[in-house]
Amino acid sequence: MKKFNIHEGIVLPLDRANVDTDAIIPKQFLKSIKRTGFGPNLFDEWRYLDHGEPDQDNSSRPLNPGFVLNQPRYEGASILLARDNFGCGSSREHAPWALLDYGFRCIIAPSFADIFFNNCFKNGILPIVLDIEIVDSLFSRIEESPGFSMRVDLPEQNIIVLDDQSVIDFDIDGFQKDALLQGLDDIGMTLAKADLIRSYEEKRRNITPWLFS
Amino acid sequence: MSRKTLYDKLWDQHLVHDDPNGTSLIYIDRHLVHEVTSPQAFEGLHLAGRKFWRTESTVAVPDHNVPTTVDSATVDDPVSRLQIQTLDQNCSHFGVTQFGMSDPRQGIVHIIGPEQGITLPGMTIVCGDSHTSTHGAFGALAFGIGTSEVEHVMATQCLISTKSRNMRIRVDGQLNHGVTAKDVVLSIIGKIGTAGGTGYAIEFAGAVIESLSMEGRMTVCNMTIEAGARAGMIRPDQKTIDYIEGRPYAPKGEMWERAVASWSELVSDDGAVFDKEIVINGAEIRPQITWGTSPEMVVDLEKSVPDPSQEADPTKQEGMQRALEYMGLEPGTPMTSVPLDLVFIGSCTNSRIEDLREAAIVAKGRKVSPDIKQALVVPGSGLVKKQAEEEGLHRVFIDAGFEWRNPGCSMCLAMNADRLQPKERCASTSNRNFEGRQGQGGRTHLVSPAMAAAAAIAGHFTDPASL
Repeated sequence: MKKFNIHEGIVLPLDRANVDTDAIIPKQFLKSIKRTGFGPNLFDEWRYLDHGEPDQDNSSRPLNPGFVLNQPRYEGASILLARDNFGCGSSREHAPWALLDYGFRCIIAPSFADIFFNNCFKNGILPIVLDIEIVDSLFSRIEESPGFSMRVDLPEQNIIVLDDQSVIDFDIDGFQKDALLQGLDDIGMTLAKADLIRSYEEKRRNITPWLFS
Repeated sequence: MSRKTLYDKLWDQHLVHDDPNGTSLIYIDRHLVHEVTSPQAFEGLHLAGRKFWRTESTVAVPDHNVPTTVDSATVDDPVSRLQIQTLDQNCSHFGVTQFGMSDPRQGIVHIIGPEQGITLPGMTIVCGDSHTSTHGAFGALAFGIGTSEVEHVMATQCLISTKSRNMRIRVDGQLNHGVTAKDVVLSIIGKIGTAGGTGYAIEFAGAVIESLSMEGRMTVCNMTIEAGARAGMIRPDQKTIDYIEGRPYAPKGEMWERAVASWSELVSDDGAVFDKEIVINGAEIRPQITWGTSPEMVVDLEKSVPDPSQEADPTKQEGMQRALEYMGLEPGTPMTSVPLDLVFIGSCTNSRIEDLREAAIVAKGRKVSPDIKQALVVPGSGLVKKQAEEEGLHRVFIDAGFEWRNPGCSMCLAMNADRLQPKERCASTSNRNFEGRQGQGGRTHLVSPAMAAAAAIAGHFTDPASL
């Protein structure tokens, strides 16, 4: 798993609630059998004016100038500021793959959909839940200051706004924090408990044998 | 003795280990696999030189990409074809049972699980697909996972997880004539919102839920994820047992007796505490239609397109305005006067035999309106299709002017050739009305199978009971 420690970057504001995984990466790109290469098609239907298909040369496609991702002031952004219920909809891990491939390492929102939230950690993306008031104020501050950047410090569990060095603390589950800091291999960790799994199976095989036949 | 909810019991029965770091290792009884979310997991397993922990717990089927046109035995799109071939290769390499494209049992993963008796009460069931919640209708703990977790289950038969909170949604009383399971779940989502269930496992209970057939219960649990909860569930009862008995993968003989006896314990204890409880009066539920681009944007059939200026929350107001613009609708327009271009009857929400019967009752002896460009009926599996044909339902649909297709996910998410063109408006029995879900620029209205059939006949939304 990809590690996350301290990350500094430009913040891109995506000011709409309930951004679903179909919007993050439309279905036609899910036909890929790889984990990479989804970045050029992140938010494809909002980002381009034409219809995109896999294996297309995206550099020649007409961009939607109204979409925030295409605005020069956010070029190179790596922190996404979003609204409630970000990542709702399908379980496709292609959504965090696309965000990561584009260059996003951290997503901040008042709330996330469960499956998406979980999928982020598996890919070295840090999703941060902040109070709606703080998110609101960040949206207005970004509006006012081009190049608005932040430094996300996972060990310290805080965000520093680079403009004025103001500090925003955040909460994170202890296990998920460690997993990101160390880039833990979940499967390896679970396989280290193989004996526990086998003894569970032994016990359950007696109680509910039809689940093992 | 502490009183437990159904979810507590399922969780406890599958708990392998509570780690001091606050996570739990949960055992997975059944792993369902499809072509879209599995290739990277198989590859990861392969690259790490890891083995499957228990291949016999796993069943795979291609469904998202498969063509549904009756004359196409092959997949024309080379990218889709490669994904399906990759599933074939991975299943044969790792020894996983697969209902391949030419298998008569092939169909949508969430249809074939219950149909084969692969889905049983008391199980933990996962799949790299958010609509895995469907299987909760059998009193199983079933939820969707990402591809990294698919690989984790393949390698370890377990998931690292944290327990959700308990929510119970009771639908009391009785449904009015013409109101279906789809209307029940859409009205629940309208009430609690698409994030209302986030962080919860939802148990559906009450007289209305008990009165539903297994197909209806699956429709309700299927859309739990649209209310934000990963898992929805319903306690098993005699209907559940009757549905499962004799299915190919169901236990037999003495094992069956033991299994049935154990399932009677899969019930929330009297006095079990839920973190949140919602009570809905079934008699107040009307046929539902979504008007916007989120399943919570839903109204009663008799109502009009809502007016964003009446919404106080500015973020919600903006969302409503954007949705209306995308959907090409004006506030105040009666839902029954919204003209339609296409009708789609299918998906893991509504493509079971009962759904097709419900639609066929409306379609029988009538004709699809000339205003409708295309009306598709896509059965959920090869066996649903066969049964429908034995009952003559296909004749009803074909005679009325519907297209009778082969099984697959089809226009629910438009990964195959079945899709909307920009600005085309569709009455759909699927589960998501997101922007572009059924095709870029396409406009989706979620409805029940009866409503979809009625809309096909009338060319606009109308009460199926009025035809």
